[in-house]
Amino acid sequence: MTLPLTRRDWLARGSTLALGGGAAASLLLGGCAAPVAAPEPVGTGDLGLIVERASGSLLVVNTSQPRVLGRIEGLGDLSHASIVFSRDGLRGYVFGRDGALTRVNLLTHRIEARVMQAGNSIGGAISQDGRLVAAQNYQPGGIKVFDARTLGLLADIPAVDAHGKRSRVVGLADLPGQRFIYALFDADAICIADLSDPKSPRVTRFDGIGRQPYDALVTPNGRHFIAGLFGEDGLAVIDLWAEQPQVRRALGGYGRGKEPLPVYKMPHLRGWAIAGPHAWLPAIGRHEVLVADTEHWAEVGRVAVAGQPVFVMARPDGRQVWVNFALPDYHRLQVIDTRSRRVIHNLEPGRALLHMEFTPRGEAVWVSARDDNRVLVIDTASARTVATLDAQAPSGIFFTSRAARMGL
Amino acid sequence: MTLPGVSNIASLLFAGADRMYAALRARPERRPWGHLTRCGAAAALFLLALAPAARAEDPTPGRQQQLLRMVRQDCGACHGMQLTGGLGPAITASALADRGFDMVFATIWFGRQGTPMPPWRGLLTEAEARWMAQRLMHGLPAGEGR
Repeated sequence: MTLPLTRRDWLARGSTLALGGGAAASLLLGGCAAPVAAPEPVGTGDLGLIVERASGSLLVVNTSQPRVLGRIEGLGDLSHASIVFSRDGLRGYVFGRDGALTRVNLLTHRIEARVMQAGNSIGGAISQDGRLVAAQNYQPGGIKVFDARTLGLLADIPAVDAHGKRSRVVGLADLPGQRFIYALFDADAICIADLSDPKSPRVTRFDGIGRQPYDALVTPNGRHFIAGLFGEDGLAVIDLWAEQPQVRRALGGYGRGKEPLPVYKMPHLRGWAIAGPHAWLPAIGRHEVLVADTEHWAEVGRVAVAGQPVFVMARPDGRQVWVNFALPDYHRLQVIDTRSRRVIHNLEPGRALLHMEFTPRGEAVWVSARDDNRVLVIDTASARTVATLDAQAPSGIFFTSRAARMGL
Repeated sequence: MTLPGVSNIASLLFAGADRMYAALRARPERRPWGHLTRCGAAAALFLLALAPAARAEDPTPGRQQQLLRMVRQDCGACHGMQLTGGLGPAITASALADRGFDMVFATIWFGRQGTPMPPWRGLLTEAEARWMAQRLMHGLPAGEGR
């Protein structure tokens, strides 16, 4: 780990003793009269987990003092792994590609519980009250809902097309009232599962939503569910506050009839697209970010960018949107100013930039540079890299501030 | 200085043939050689000695490492790092066994219309795509491409 400040500097600034490793802590505590000093209680609000996907491990990190606190190993195949957090920010639920659901503790750095729940999994969600954890699976296609405390299975809800064939599930997110919403890649459908009685879930289904939904998101207010479509240029939107929610098309025909460019990595939508009154969304097969108003879902603009966008993420305050790209352009990052809708920073901070995560209030963004085996901490005001941390082929970065946000 | 005995020469020849046989098996697109036996390969050594190196178009060792990493990390984004499938199907050796080299190569090179599989000819040379198809059909050792 290379940091602009040394460890001693951090300690001098009053860094956490309880977690920071025994040696330094015991030196400072050595003069105390009590033979055993009780560890100082620590919070989890500035902690996070970084997926090291090739080695099946997680790094526990602190975002106030950018550094690695520890590593949790033995999580299996973590390609495309994603994580949701308990609402106290103490535990992370890790959804692995190999179908494992693992609960880890961010303070003890231990695996607390682990179940193999599917053959091939792609992510998950946690309920509004934090009691239910749902996994979305490719194989067998469907969702499974677990007791967050025990990881005991509560409900197994298959996803099927009109002929009863299983469909892969994408875009799973929580909705208010013990509900989960998700899209069916192979069945062109969206489902809402109501688990207010986990023993008998009720599923509401919307068919014919558009071809091949590849990912989806719930807006931070829980009002709209937006599914991106791979099979056609447009998005499917549901207003969940409507008396009779219906699926409508947004940004239909955004490709304007042009042959789409190859998509070497599928874009991701989950969670961050909304900045003020607008949604910022990756186009498929076009090197553009699309801007839609969230009242009528009409296009209000588009911004030409450096490649196929993968993540289009609004800084928490909505003033900037950060974009990374599919290969061969995944060494680049672009920053869009949302007022002028112009690219204000062109960055090339590392190789194979897979994922970005903003600190809770957005003064910095953490970026995984897979092929450099490190994570970059970039100041969002200056766009300068202010710290780097060593990590083995890092991919997803997840901070505990997600625990307090719907849809994450 | 002692001259190598006849048996030594034979074993040298067969060692070379073994290597070449492995190389030929590893290049299933070269149909005329596809059914060669070990002895046939031994005989063909002499023919090949007259021709330009058969493996000249293989990627360099450094590039091969990049390509293997690409398979794991970038193909793995859809097919899984263990190649056991995700949004894309499994592309392990056993999953590809009944597909045939031509189809695997064509899928990499041209993509598959109506699915998210893109045409990789934009990012690879044809020789690289052939080499990749052939490596996939043989199966990647567990640690390779990490």
